[in-house]
Amino acid sequence: MIGLILLPLVWASLAFVLGPGRGKWLAIAGLSAQTWFAFDLAQQISAGKAAIGHQVGGWGAPLGIDLAADGLSSAMLLLTQCVALPLAIYASAYYKRDDAAGAYFWPLMGFLIAGLNALFVSADFFNIYVTLELVGLAAVGLVAAGGGAQQIAAALRYLFATLVGSGLYLLGVALLYGAYGTVSIESVSLLVTAEAPRMVWIAFGLMVLGLMLKTALFPFHYWLPPAHGGSPAPVSALLSALVVKASFYLMLRLWIGPFAPLVAAAPWLAWGPAALGTLAIFWGSWQAIRTPRLKMLIAYSTVAQLGYLFLIFPLLNGPGAIQAGVMQAFAHGLAKAAMFVAAGVFIKATGQDTVAGLAGAVNRLPITLFAFGLAGVTLMGLPPSAGFLAKWQLIEAALNQGHWWLVLVVLSGGLLAAVYVFRVLRQAFLLAPVDTPVLPFTPVPRTLEWTAFALALTSVLLGLRGVELMRLIQAVGAVA
Amino acid sequence: MTSALLFACVGAILFALGLAGVALIGHLLRRIFAFNVMGSGTFLILVGLAQRHGSADPVPQAMVLTGIVVAVAATALALALTRRLHALTGKLELPADEP
Repeated sequence: MIGLILLPLVWASLAFVLGPGRGKWLAIAGLSAQTWFAFDLAQQISAGKAAIGHQVGGWGAPLGIDLAADGLSSAMLLLTQCVALPLAIYASAYYKRDDAAGAYFWPLMGFLIAGLNALFVSADFFNIYVTLELVGLAAVGLVAAGGGAQQIAAALRYLFATLVGSGLYLLGVALLYGAYGTVSIESVSLLVTAEAPRMVWIAFGLMVLGLMLKTALFPFHYWLPPAHGGSPAPVSALLSALVVKASFYLMLRLWIGPFAPLVAAAPWLAWGPAALGTLAIFWGSWQAIRTPRLKMLIAYSTVAQLGYLFLIFPLLNGPGAIQAGVMQAFAHGLAKAAMFVAAGVFIKATGQDTVAGLAGAVNRLPITLFAFGLAGVTLMGLPPSAGFLAKWQLIEAALNQGHWWLVLVVLSGGLLAAVYVFRVLRQAFLLAPVDTPVLPFTPVPRTLEWTAFALALTSVLLGLRGVELMRLIQAVGAVA
Repeated sequence: MTSALLFACVGAILFALGLAGVALIGHLLRRIFAFNVMGSGTFLILVGLAQRHGSADPVPQAMVLTGIVVAVAATALALALTRRLHALTGKLELPADEP
């Protein structure tokens, strides 16, 4: 487990020492090993171990740093490595040797992955704060790497959002420590009861608020579209597929773990995230349908898809809700990475970032367009994709508990997704108008097209292997 | 009013002031200062609430040290980005949202 944190730190530092633009082979080799570690960990956990712990450096809980992985964290680790590895291969072909935008891509990506992996296995509140900041700062660096005024402005906006988010979280940690004198998640879980002092309620509220800001839940989504839509394609894919999922994971973990007694005492609390998630689905889809720019469309689609993740909160008492959430995180992670890298191919080939510029793409870039379409299938939730499985689980859980309006939200969200996906496909299949000259398509490396295709195909085929993933996440239910 | 409570209240006021600053101020340098005020408020609460029976508790002090390191790194990154934005656009404010 420790390898998942140390390895990216090592290759990121080496890549930094090697100098700008270097280190891609280190990164790919490191990520391959990490993927293997993640699979190994997942296998151990689904084989029956409920949770695996590790004490860093042999120091125990009060002094040292404890790591722990259960089904939920190992599923998120798996998602992170499985998305990052194809993205690294894609980025190695995307950035030219002396591309200024890619100068520090490899070290920053390594630190980002290390932060994410550490977040998923951290067992105390304060370590989680540190990993949140690591992830945030690395992500801001990646956004700023484009170097233009627009990217810098997006990076600054993102930086303030992420700093305020983790600031709120840290204040929550401070209050918790003041109340209980410990920051270990395990000990706090034992201490929190429904009659907890008001300070603990405030801490819970602050943490959830901070994490919603970092997950870009409507109405805190304002920073996401410029940051995700304005960066280079590999960066947008990393941010949209993985970074926003980290704070969602954390919120879910707090909700079902240490703060479960508070939620049980006030069940109406769960409707807050669900209502905001509903608004996010409609607002994000509406903006995606309207925007003229391709990457902005995909970024707004992220805002909408994140909404689904928050629909599960009122359903967490019943079975299947956690599975639906994690399956949606997987489906969206893989599909959105595929969409952003496909958009990167289109932009490289046509030289413009507009939906209208895609006219005639079907003849020139059939593989990429197919990848985009497959990813769209997942976002719409058509069978047999992972998105279908996630929505099916969500609908089933909602019907079991009699919340039929959630079903309406899920179904209409799928229809809206179809509108914006077909908006792109329609443009690509229409031939360019006869009176304007056909813009020349720059040839793009094959690797770019095929990695996009592989990611999209995985997002669809995961639906067929969903049972294994569900069983892995089952191990969470037992712990929480 | 105990001293722990006094520290916590002052910390909460500082945090709220800083938060309002980050949210409302347009000028980037002042915004970065506001973020630091916000951080100081949190640190004050961490250290102040934890001192029980008059003696200091070392764990939150270590946490505050870590927090300060993170805050310094974040401030440095924010300043570097602000300088870059100033060099590119000549302004110390974020441009209005794109249409």
